[in-house]
Amino acid sequence: MRLDWEIAKRGWRRYAAYPWATAAGAFTNTIFGFLQAYILLAVYRHRSDVGGFDARDAVTYVWLAQAMIMTVYIFSWQELALRIRDGSIAVDLARPLDPQRYWLAFDLGRAPYHFLFRGLLPFVVGAIVFDLRYPSPLDALAFVVSLTFAVVVSFGVRFLYNSAAFWLLDFRGVMTLTITVVLFLSGMVMPVRFFPGWLRDAAYALPFSAILQTPVDVWLGKRDGLALLGFLALQAGWAVVLLALGRFVLACGTRKLVVQGG
Amino acid sequence: MIEVDALSKRFVVRRGRFRRERHMVEAVKEISFRVEPGELLGYLGPNGAGKSTTIKMLTGILVPSGGNVRVAGLEPSRRRIELARRIGAMFGQRVQLWWDLPLVDSFELLRHVYKVPADRHRERLARLRSVLDLDTFLQTPVRQLSLGQRIRGELAASMLHGPELLFLDEPTIGLDVVAKQRVRDFLLEINRQDGVTVMLTTHDLGDIERLCERLLVIDRGSLIWDGGIPELKERFGGERTLVVDLEEPLAPLSIAGAVVERVDGPRQWLRFRGPASDLTARVVGSARVVDLQIQEPDIEEIVRRIYAHE
Repeated sequence: MRLDWEIAKRGWRRYAAYPWATAAGAFTNTIFGFLQAYILLAVYRHRSDVGGFDARDAVTYVWLAQAMIMTVYIFSWQELALRIRDGSIAVDLARPLDPQRYWLAFDLGRAPYHFLFRGLLPFVVGAIVFDLRYPSPLDALAFVVSLTFAVVVSFGVRFLYNSAAFWLLDFRGVMTLTITVVLFLSGMVMPVRFFPGWLRDAAYALPFSAILQTPVDVWLGKRDGLALLGFLALQAGWAVVLLALGRFVLACGTRKLVVQGG
Repeated sequence: MIEVDALSKRFVVRRGRFRRERHMVEAVKEISFRVEPGELLGYLGPNGAGKSTTIKMLTGILVPSGGNVRVAGLEPSRRRIELARRIGAMFGQRVQLWWDLPLVDSFELLRHVYKVPADRHRERLARLRSVLDLDTFLQTPVRQLSLGQRIRGELAASMLHGPELLFLDEPTIGLDVVAKQRVRDFLLEINRQDGVTVMLTTHDLGDIERLCERLLVIDRGSLIWDGGIPELKERFGGERTLVVDLEEPLAPLSIAGAVVERVDGPRQWLRFRGPASDLTARVVGSARVVDLQIQEPDIEEIVRRIYAHE
């Protein structure tokens, strides 16, 4: 536990080492927030409800999504894949430390940094300019839990496409494909609630919605009581399944590496 | 400390895009050797000879295809994590430190990875700081370090948990003369004073000559030499050269047991094997000699000959 904490601290510091990159990113998120908010507001001029979201929900979704985009690290993360590709993974294996545990702890240190320094600014700007919806204390608490699960689910997905590097000389195809699917099915491009019925149900059943749509729904109070608990449990379930899958794939990859070399 | 018995590693390499042919490559062929605690030995071989493959099997990163290995009493590939706590490894061409963080941050994290008590960590770090002269860049992010500084950092990192055995892969690669010397001094110190067993893989023959009493040479997967450097010179560099300065230029001398290789005015070069005393006596007996000088082959030359299969 102490070790995980120490690793997490390095995860935070590694990103804190580049404050200007952070500032530039936060600025970009803010611009995109305005863009998306005005597009959605244009839609709501003709309708008052889309898939259970009113205009205020939709605008809140926009600014939450911009705040979470880096927290859940939805875009490319390839540190593990690069270490596999250049052979540094051998160095990692020569240490008494499990790579999955290491990278998860590192990511859980990174996420709060990005939440505070990439997420907060766009959200505050959005909150000043637009009329947003705020959660009840209980929903706020549930949101924090849900956001944590979202980070782990996202990590699980990223860990898997990175592990492809054990087998593929160029893992970037797999990565790009996965990111495209994640962007769409997580609700990043537009809320999962806007999808036609069948796709919406499918998206909610898949792990990708747990990366973004689930915490947004929790914040907006779209589930309560047992339904809320079940919602969080599904998210936690995906986190466990993806980590287990990652563990299995890593074991296969390591075995391939140690038995066949390369 | 290390027991290797008929150790082999075969890789299957696939060639061709559509009709894949499977080729068997024998990277390491039944090599055997032992290393006693406290030894500092060099492991030498041309590129692709099987050095790294051997080291990876010794550290448990690769599973052998045949034979037995025991390192510190453990079978590496089965007990990799346990072994990792007791050995150190440093690969000169890989970065093991945390790139974006200050050097000292990497050290502190390694303390937790290896679960070293705080006071012992402080003690070891203080010593490594003075021996490797780390103080001026301890707070500098690793990405900003010069190569020499980074290598010193990497060496410190590999020693912080007090390993009994240290594997070094090209620790002096790319370093300037001063930095090289510092690394060599450090290795001698930990070997002599702390009794750390060191296995050193290198292409730098200066490292070998200054540090190692014993040398393993691997070529095309087979161990072709296991012994001291003087014996290696004897065996592979058996022929020495006697440089004779005569009083006046003469035709090439005709001496039993020697071949004149070169003549330059009054100076002649004679290649010979065996003891020099008989030959010298014969030379002095057959011509008027001003000066005599015996040239030993240097290790670079010997290794070149070994690699070239002369």
